[in-house]
Amino acid sequence: MPSGTSPAKLDSELSTKPSRVLILIPAMNEEQSLPEVFEALVKQFPPKDILLVDDGSSDRTPEIAASYGCKVVSHIHNLGYGSTLLTGYHYALLHDYDYVVQVDGDGQHPPALIPRLLQPVIQGDCDVAIGSRYLEGKSPTGWLRRLGALPLSLVASLWIGSKITDPTSGFQALSKKAILELCTDGFPDDYPDIDVLIHLHRKDIRIREIPVVMKPRVHGQTMHGGWKALYYYYRMAVCLLLMPIRRNSPYRRQRPMDDHPLDKGSLRGLYS
Amino acid sequence: MFALIQAAGEVGDVIPPRQRLVAILVSILILLGVLELVRQRKLREEYSALWVLTALGLLVLALNYRILVWLTHLIGAALPTSTLFFGGLIFLMLLALQFSVRLSRLTYRSRSLTRRVALLEEELRELKRRIPDEEDMLEDDGRP
Repeated sequence: MPSGTSPAKLDSELSTKPSRVLILIPAMNEEQSLPEVFEALVKQFPPKDILLVDDGSSDRTPEIAASYGCKVVSHIHNLGYGSTLLTGYHYALLHDYDYVVQVDGDGQHPPALIPRLLQPVIQGDCDVAIGSRYLEGKSPTGWLRRLGALPLSLVASLWIGSKITDPTSGFQALSKKAILELCTDGFPDDYPDIDVLIHLHRKDIRIREIPVVMKPRVHGQTMHGGWKALYYYYRMAVCLLLMPIRRNSPYRRQRPMDDHPLDKGSLRGLYS
Repeated sequence: MFALIQAAGEVGDVIPPRQRLVAILVSILILLGVLELVRQRKLREEYSALWVLTALGLLVLALNYRILVWLTHLIGAALPTSTLFFGGLIFLMLLALQFSVRLSRLTYRSRSLTRRVALLEEELRELKRRIPDEEDMLEDDGRP
């Protein structure tokens, strides 16, 4: 932000000075489950630090978030889970947040457990804390789903060298270092999976799983299953095989933030 | 033109002149059609390159049969016609691949644009929300 303009502006800047933790809720058509999520969230965090990224919803998803006084960023059309998270990460960087906690809008992630995820990240023990459903043995999802995810979590565990049981869990806390890395490159804008974890690991970002208990999904549909599952297996195979020799995306700017001569203070040269 | 075709035909005459004439005309039509589309700005230069190359290749092959025969031997095909079909197939595959690459780029760009528009819209909303507040403050100051 440019400083030394007018006293009034300075004041408003001080009053809107961002806090350190952003709660990021990616959501697409979740009007049924959102009120419950927000009720629990606004008790713990100021609404201005809660961001709903609406991925082109056709229902009242953005209105519900706004009614709680939360921030809303809306995609004009549906881009998928990965892109929705990416928009949230960019928002966090633009507003100088130090930590991001992702909570899915479908009500599966218990907001009460957010401090448990945040603690190791804020203490600097790790850069990414993943809330795992499976770490304590009990599995709320079906055995078929568990079996399907097993090879991927095995590969991730072996590659990263620490136990990864729930690599697709969207319940995560991330440090600024991790967010910067994700915004620079390596974040798939369709659906993030173990390739993201392995990429982060390769960039010296420490990942740790935290046991959590998730609620079974009440409303809406799961994102996994069917032909999509098959495609994800294919995509994982290609991603993992090419990972060591893959180039950075030619379309993403490699210029670091705050380095764009025209964009200082607004979007800070942040592209992609 | 016809003299040229006959002269070319004398070298290694396997295709009948009428067929050669059709091949030459078709390749010239493709070439002119593509260039016309570029002239009308309906086709970007970057996408016209493969088409122009193919039309030129076809023209060369139609004018000089020996090159086709040489190519046929080179790739080990039995008949000159299969060389032509093979060439056509390769061309279509290259074209489709080029489109896939372009599509990937477009996908990437439209996605990042959507994300950026979303962020900008939010920033705009925030700014708009702040402006009336300041105006109210000014009015309040002027009243007493």
